[in-house]
Amino acid sequence: MSAKSAKMRTTYREAIRAAIREALLRDERVFLMGEDVGRYGGCFAVSKGLLAEFGSERIRDTPLSESAFVGAGIGAALGGMRPIVEIMTVNFSLLALDQILNNAATILHMSGGLFNIPLVIRMTTGGGRQLGAQHSHSLEGWYAHIPGIKVLTPATLEDARGMLWTALEDPDPVLIFEHGSLYNMEGEIGGDAGAVEISQAALRRPGSGVSLITYGGTLGKTLQAAEVLEADGISAEVIDLRTLRPLDTRTIIDSVTKTHRAVIIDEGWRSGSISAEITARIVENAFYELDAPVARVCSAEVPMPYAKHLEEAALPQVTAIVAAARQVMGRHG
Amino acid sequence: MPSLGADMEAGTLVEWRIRPGDGVKRGDIVALVETEKGVIEVEIFASGIVDSILASPGEKVPVGTVLATIRVEGEPAEAAAPSEKKPPEVPKPAAPAPEAPAWIAPIREARTARPLASPVARRRAEESGLDLSSVTGTGEGGIITLADVEGAPSRIEEKAKRSLATADQLTAMRRAIAAAMTRSKREIPHYYLATPIGMSRAVAWLREVNLGRPVTNRLLYSVLILRAVALALRDFPEMNGFWLDGAFKPGSGIHVGIAISLRQGGLVAPAIHDVDKKDLEELMRSILDLVNRARTGMLRSSELSDATITVSNLGEQGVETIFGIIYPPQVALVAFGALTEQPWAENGMVGARSVIMAGLSADHRASDGHRGGRFLSAIDRLLQEPEKL
Amino acid sequence: MRTREELREVVLRVLGRIAPEADLKALGPAESLREELDIDSVDFLNFMIGLNAELGVEIPEADARKLSSLEDCISYLLSNAESR
Repeated sequence: MSAKSAKMRTTYREAIRAAIREALLRDERVFLMGEDVGRYGGCFAVSKGLLAEFGSERIRDTPLSESAFVGAGIGAALGGMRPIVEIMTVNFSLLALDQILNNAATILHMSGGLFNIPLVIRMTTGGGRQLGAQHSHSLEGWYAHIPGIKVLTPATLEDARGMLWTALEDPDPVLIFEHGSLYNMEGEIGGDAGAVEISQAALRRPGSGVSLITYGGTLGKTLQAAEVLEADGISAEVIDLRTLRPLDTRTIIDSVTKTHRAVIIDEGWRSGSISAEITARIVENAFYELDAPVARVCSAEVPMPYAKHLEEAALPQVTAIVAAARQVMGRHG
Repeated sequence: MPSLGADMEAGTLVEWRIRPGDGVKRGDIVALVETEKGVIEVEIFASGIVDSILASPGEKVPVGTVLATIRVEGEPAEAAAPSEKKPPEVPKPAAPAPEAPAWIAPIREARTARPLASPVARRRAEESGLDLSSVTGTGEGGIITLADVEGAPSRIEEKAKRSLATADQLTAMRRAIAAAMTRSKREIPHYYLATPIGMSRAVAWLREVNLGRPVTNRLLYSVLILRAVALALRDFPEMNGFWLDGAFKPGSGIHVGIAISLRQGGLVAPAIHDVDKKDLEELMRSILDLVNRARTGMLRSSELSDATITVSNLGEQGVETIFGIIYPPQVALVAFGALTEQPWAENGMVGARSVIMAGLSADHRASDGHRGGRFLSAIDRLLQEPEKL
Repeated sequence: MRTREELREVVLRVLGRIAPEADLKALGPAESLREELDIDSVDFLNFMIGLNAELGVEIPEADARKLSSLEDCISYLLSNAESR
């Protein structure tokens, strides 16, 4: 085994940093900008050390104005650069929603196909870290509503390491949602890990009895639930969507066609969520394959509580996933 | 477990058509029971609400065993019968998740008469030709799932199974026929009479009547014979009934058993009730229905136990004269041979006529040859005026 | 207008309801239905009623003998079933 392909230990945070570093090294048009990404090393320490290595031209601290620096990123992309814009959390991204929807996602269309926006925006999403209602929501499902952009949700070290480069190669805007609870996730990754494709969902665990469909921060909980279910004699298949837009409907339908049952685990609020969209696609495409109603495990429809026990109660948990799977399997008690 | 024949001792419950809490009215078919005569639909004898089910499908129980209890509406249930109107279960996550507010709780349709089945179960059932109403659902709230459908024998498999079972059933039926006929010949002192009956008028009348009728209303000559026998019986009550415990017991109505041969072998003689009170059209529909059901294997309990006399019509095989064996405890059997053209002398002239040979086998304990002969003559007279039948 | 194949299917379906135990696949096109399937006059009337229900065809009594084999049935239905 060559040294390059030997396994190495890393974290989700380090994998993203390695991806940014690789991009900066490979393409001089790439630069990173956002709040505290330079001297502070990033709010979640993702860009730590990059300012020293690449300098302030390519690692740029910005004023606290999401609309301004996302707009600047769009302008830079229009001007031929390959910007990576970091927004601290998805809640704050709403300040830049006008730039993202009305400009980034729309200019190609408004220019009659003349101007692509090769922009990548990274941001943190999700709860579970006691950061309160203004830092903890999961709004990636909203962004998946918008034509003209791609929405990626890396849930594994490989995807954290590999999605960024593929996103930068894309001629159109790509949003990457990093779940805040994943940064410290540690594991092994191939020494030669690099770019990954971003058009397909991944089968993270094969099974035959029920399809557990999830993405991002709830993948780990869903895999744990599958373990619990296996001990109970229920074979659960786990699908990691990876990309919420465009959604890999094929993989979802293939899985449901095999298992005839689906539980969708989505940290977003249930009403009008990506889980609702997935449910609709299952019903549209695989109605005659269903052996039970589609079930969903989502966050409680409240602003995310700060108190630890309340926040845990509001988020999808392993026990709730197991209970929902047992229910669609017709098991009780 | 009803007695579906004099020699039946036990029956096997095949399937329930009711569940506790269902309303039933007299005459409804509530269960299927397998006997040596095949699978029989059991009718209920009273109206009310099903209280409890005491026998399970597959169980073989003696005649007289209580299979289920029903109560009259308004009467309190003995045990708390599981109600069909239970509200749908709201999923409760075992997690410390808060209870879902009502507006996002699952909304389920109220139970309808259509069997509740998952879409894939419904599709698979259709593909394999399975009747969903015959499948027991084990999913949430009794919904029929894919596993239930795949576990259930399809109609095709069922047919194969039935023909396997038919082999057993045939020997069982053979044994039942052997027992009944042996008993008949041992116990019943038969006397036999036969007389040719001119059928030209009846045949001509039928031809004319059928000319203007759609196929659904067409009559066969068997219906005239059946009706003539029933009307004649009004004047010969000693031919219509049973010999029981050393005495004749007249039948409560004229319920004529029709001997129907089964293609796999064996025969059954289910009854058409109150033949003397039915017009020809109604009677014809009864015959068509009964023959079809007898040969496709689904008769009703009352049809098998109620016959007060039997009519056999073996004529189609070309046999001219038949002397049948009485089906105990009945006391008479009228058998008709083939409808043939015969030279016929009348008023000093010989001509060709349609003729049928009527043969009577009767129990000499209940009647004498003199009355038997007059009975056959009465049938003859009635058949000469088909328009009055 | 139904094709021969469709009419054949209808005839076999109706026969199947009357004689479910019969092996209809083994029934030759020119074989006598009454002989091969052991069908009597009541069964035969049920057969004609079944064809009537499926196809709306009215078969006069005088035509009944034209339905003696599977092939005869199909030919008869071809020329009569749709001419209403």
